[in-house]
Amino acid sequence: MMSTSVLILLVLTTLGLLFGFILAFANKKFAIEVNPLIHIVEDVLPKGQCGACGYAGCMAYAEAVVMNPDVPPNLCIPGKEPVAKAVAEMTGKVAAAVEPRIAQVCCAGVTGKAVKNYEYHGVEDCVAANLLFGGPKTCSYGCLGLGTCVKKCPFGAMTMSEEGLPVIDPEKCTGCGVCETVCPKKVIAMMPLGAHVRVNCKSKDKGAVARKACSAACIACTLCMRECPHGAIKMENNLAVVDAHVCIEKCTDAKCLAKCPTKAIRPAVLGIVPGTESQEAVEKACSSCAKASTPTA
Amino acid sequence: MAEYFTLFMGAVIVNNFVLTRFLGLCIFFGVSKNLNASVGMGMAVTSVMTISSGLAWIVYNYILHPFGLTFLTTVVFVVLIASFVQLLEMIIRKHAPTLYNLWGIYLVLIATNCIVLAVPLLNAESNFTFTKSIVHAIGSGAGFALAIILMASLREKLQYADVPKSLQGLGIAFILAGMLALAFFGFSGMIPL
Repeated sequence: MMSTSVLILLVLTTLGLLFGFILAFANKKFAIEVNPLIHIVEDVLPKGQCGACGYAGCMAYAEAVVMNPDVPPNLCIPGKEPVAKAVAEMTGKVAAAVEPRIAQVCCAGVTGKAVKNYEYHGVEDCVAANLLFGGPKTCSYGCLGLGTCVKKCPFGAMTMSEEGLPVIDPEKCTGCGVCETVCPKKVIAMMPLGAHVRVNCKSKDKGAVARKACSAACIACTLCMRECPHGAIKMENNLAVVDAHVCIEKCTDAKCLAKCPTKAIRPAVLGIVPGTESQEAVEKACSSCAKASTPTA
Repeated sequence: MAEYFTLFMGAVIVNNFVLTRFLGLCIFFGVSKNLNASVGMGMAVTSVMTISSGLAWIVYNYILHPFGLTFLTTVVFVVLIASFVQLLEMIIRKHAPTLYNLWGIYLVLIATNCIVLAVPLLNAESNFTFTKSIVHAIGSGAGFALAIILMASLREKLQYADVPKSLQGLGIAFILAGMLALAFFGFSGMIPL
């Protein structure tokens, strides 16, 4: 009896000490020096883990920006200017300005305006609906309105309106671009902050076809293009495209808005459900936008 | 040779550790959300299980058994596996950073997992030889990998299914695991262990 308990103590103590020493030795022998700066940089990053920087999360970017001299300090889009400055200061790099950007839903096809081919009663997910003949809407470019982007937004900046289009909260949107990536229709675009107008449509169909599918579609009539004195609007594949940088720099009065027959060109004011605002609301929003047009960057 | 083959296949399919013995369910549910992660987990578990079975066999047959301390097996194996996994993690981290990025997070999860402990314990209980222990461990690891990869593939498909709200997430995963287990139950008795 006595000998067994002694044996237990002996064996367990020996094994414990042995493993302990092996681990202690290995800890010294295989020690890795982690640059403490990585953790400090990671603390500054917003931790949305959105991946807009092109790395697999904030930790990976912090490691890359500290260890690799070629990685610029301004890749964090949600963090905007302050984060870029802080990261640049810590890593001793020169920060180029981060262009603030914001998500825009380029579709005005609310219920009643966009024609539907069928009623969809499947899974509440745009990717799933897209598998079924590209979704219920006749316009194959339009927003499906099932809110995959709303669910995926890492900053909770999106909500679904009753009209069936996502609304972006400009206060919360950091411009990380997760919604742009998950949208199966690619109807969400990232736009530089400060532009006066945006094209609220993605339809590349010819005018007549686009109009038949949706009364709010861009029919590529080129009126806006001819109206814009700065040449900021161009026609590409039957769709008006606004060069946001020209629009920010040169435009003061946004004349194109009044010309658009289908109201596909809208003021780039967020928080309004696209396609539902009345003409007065648009004009009001437009004048305020023109006044507050100094880019916030 | 045939004996080893039966032992291996028995461990993979008939006595699958996850689906017929219900061991290692924590990692089975935790890491089976995505296929890539489950492949990594399966490989990490297989390798850790194989090496720790070998080490456990040595400790059991040269220390515990000769001294008549077989009742200490569980305690000693827990300590052995935990320290071995720690050691392995340090070595991989230093010498194979790529592998560490792939496996690193799973190694910590494995350190105190029942499935890794169960295999050496079963080996000791069945008085397997060294080769048999290793074959049994590889088979069990492969069985675990098979189960978790099947589960991950199913759960990835399940993302697009219309699951009733009350069953979303883990609820439907448990039902799915039950069905898989039922399917594997069909193999029982084909190869007696």
